[in-house]
Amino acid sequence: MASKAQDRSIDPASLIMLKQAEKEGIETAWDRYEKQQPQCSFGQLGICCRNCNMGPCRIDPFGEGADKGVCGATADIIVARNLLRMIAAGAAAHSDHARDAVLTFKKMTEGKAGSYNIKDEAKLKALAVEYGIPVEDRNREEIASELARALLEEFGKQEGPIQFTRRAPEARLKLWAKLGIEPRGIDREIVECMHRTHIGVDNDPTHILLHGLRTSLSDGWGGSMIATDVQDVLFGTPTPIKSTVNLGVLAEDKVNLVMHGHEPILSEMILEASEDPNIQKLAKEKGAKGINIVGMCCTGNETLMRHGIPTAGNFLQQELAVITGAVEAMVVDVQCIMPALGALTSCYHTKFISTSPKADFPGTVRMEFHEETAYETAKEIVRTAVENYPNRNPERINIPDEKQECMVGFSAEAILAALGGTPAPLIDAITGGAVKGIGAVVGCNNVKVKHNYGHVNLVKELIKNNVLVVTTGCNAIACAEAGLLVPEAADQAGEGLKSVCEALGIPPVLHMGSCVDISRILVLASAVAKTLGVDISDLPAAGAAPEWMSEKAVSIGTYVVSSGVYTVLGTVPPVLGSEAVTGLLTKGLNGVVKASFAVEPDPFKAADLMIEHIEEKRKALGLEP
Amino acid sequence: MKEVMIRPERCMGCRSCEIACAVEHSESKDLFSAIGESPVPCKRIYVEYIPDLAVAIPITCRHCEDAPCTTVCPTKALSRDEVSRRVIHSPELCIGCWTCSMVCNYGVIGRQKEARVAMKCDLCPDREIPACVEACPTRALVYAEVKDFSGIKRSQAALKLAKGMQTGSIP
Ligand code: SF4
Ligand code: SF4
Ligand code: SF4
Ligand code: SF4
Repeated sequence: MASKAQDRSIDPASLIMLKQAEKEGIETAWDRYEKQQPQCSFGQLGICCRNCNMGPCRIDPFGEGADKGVCGATADIIVARNLLRMIAAGAAAHSDHARDAVLTFKKMTEGKAGSYNIKDEAKLKALAVEYGIPVEDRNREEIASELARALLEEFGKQEGPIQFTRRAPEARLKLWAKLGIEPRGIDREIVECMHRTHIGVDNDPTHILLHGLRTSLSDGWGGSMIATDVQDVLFGTPTPIKSTVNLGVLAEDKVNLVMHGHEPILSEMILEASEDPNIQKLAKEKGAKGINIVGMCCTGNETLMRHGIPTAGNFLQQELAVITGAVEAMVVDVQCIMPALGALTSCYHTKFISTSPKADFPGTVRMEFHEETAYETAKEIVRTAVENYPNRNPERINIPDEKQECMVGFSAEAILAALGGTPAPLIDAITGGAVKGIGAVVGCNNVKVKHNYGHVNLVKELIKNNVLVVTTGCNAIACAEAGLLVPEAADQAGEGLKSVCEALGIPPVLHMGSCVDISRILVLASAVAKTLGVDISDLPAAGAAPEWMSEKAVSIGTYVVSSGVYTVLGTVPPVLGSEAVTGLLTKGLNGVVKASFAVEPDPFKAADLMIEHIEEKRKALGLEP
Repeated sequence: MKEVMIRPERCMGCRSCEIACAVEHSESKDLFSAIGESPVPCKRIYVEYIPDLAVAIPITCRHCEDAPCTTVCPTKALSRDEVSRRVIHSPELCIGCWTCSMVCNYGVIGRQKEARVAMKCDLCPDREIPACVEACPTRALVYAEVKDFSGIKRSQAALKLAKGMQTGSIP
């Protein structure tokens, strides 16, 4: 049988593993996707409703059969309700992650999470000032404890405002207030999504979607932003640092522990525990040269950004890492972890260790992680990995050589610092025309797109056209693997962007962090808009999620658009079954939040759309094209 | 000739076959584009629901060997293709008299609204496997020669009997 690998990824390391999987008859997401073909048309169009037990109800998209559900819900209503539930799930995932970060922070202030402490005192104080908490002549423990309480209250607030929304430009805040979409409380908006989509509650598509915008804002300027900032206080605000990415970071002669998932609460402890001299000694005794901790997906981004810990890959590389045969432990917490890892790790010596009280998977070793005993559990986890080293089957080890240098760690603070403390030099570069604008490219991998093809080509097109790219999540890892996160990548940029990058010694693509760190992009956009005295929607900026798949991405896309940034999606969201909802998302929203969505699977055409939009915005600001 | 054979016990009533059929008979042959097309793409397979038994069964043209529809069609719009052995319909000859509908035992001759002519399963001439068969998630539809289909059924029946011999009861 001819190899299918070439059609599945553009990344050379991944191709090697895909061929290995084929050779050994090991099933991966791509094979499972094939078995799902063709996928259900009702699902793809979003016109199936299971919200009550008179259903499931489906609408005939060709108008011959049913045009309403049992309750009378039309395609428009069903599509809008389904979309709202996706937003709710996405916002819940980000915000519940934030809640755990705040709870850890709070326990730390109460002395109940002894393994954690404050790494960024300046940020702690800055956040406290935002909350109106006095900082003069107070010790940091007092400040932290008051801040923890204030942050925790954001989840249960009933009437808002969520404090960090105040970071948005005045014009944006006024617009949200006028539309009635200022979030009132993180949990409240998510709960209300579930209430509204229950049978017989909200049945006006526009009305439903407006609440979707509000819920997404409670994520972007609430949950996600809180997660980012609390994690910065606890683990340090990222600053530029060099590292390596891709499957080649797995070591032939060391214990490989892959941290996969999303919450640095876990990964930071594992890093610390791996340095324990006793464990290091044990590793030597077991015949390993040391312990190699690497990241995967967003938890990888967190430790990459803060410590330069290598990252083995993005979402679609999780199975491929195991197939190298060299992973002693795959340690996971929450989000984007394939249950398939259970069956897969059972074909290898790899221990699949689940740690979150919220998330378990088939075939795991359970090592539940709690703040109170964080360090001890982390040590147990690392020890389990080390003890598993002798169980490796040397004949099955196949680690690709491919790894790539990268420069990461561009938090909003770090970017401002690189610019000399103010966004002015960036603004000058934009107004002068050397930099045409800013492209925010983010999001997952999706087997519907050749792995990394959408990400890498879109970003390359943008920088070629002098658009500075900021990136997070799986896009950031894809760019790193393609060698776009090194200062030398400026050679692939247009003349203007190239000169700016060379002057500042930065790559043309700036890694701003994990998916919750898209909040950093909002903060940066807001800072630029405020300096220019305009709204975010006036900026020559555009967003894209070329290979998105998760519900979190739906929430992200929605809050980015609600914040005023035109966003191009690379895979089709399940909304086309309703002309009304599709029209609202792709056009109507312009009249509401001054930005909208577009769908374009071809990354080259998507780049064109973004550049066109950036040019329009430049023109409106009176800037040279 | 291969036929669309039905294994009714497997049908979940999901109507994926119907949509796939309509999309295949659309201008664009793409779901996302087809939903906006005019004329509206039409299906040629019908999932019939039997409330008393709470079961759904897909019904489609049998391409009968001795097809009554071809016999009665006054304009020879319905005819048998001698090469493929399929019962085919030529819309340009069709006068919309619905005589065929009256004699078809399965009721699978539909009406194309805009052109006001008959419309039926053509076994997807542009495809190797008909769209409905490919779309069915439970393989309730199979595209096979009757002799192969029956062969499989026979061996399944034989297996059941053999197991019955071993355990002393016929499952
Ligand atoms: S809520 Fe309405 S459309 Fe949805 S399953 Fe119930 S009756 Fe059907
Ligand atoms: S349309 Fe009816 S009568 Fe004609 S071939 Fe098909 S099943 Fe037989
Ligand atoms: S409706 Fe058309 S195909 Fe059917 S019998 Fe009349 S002419 Fe023939
Ligand atoms: S696709 Fe298959 S299971 Fe679904 S209705 Fe058609 S025959 Fe039945």
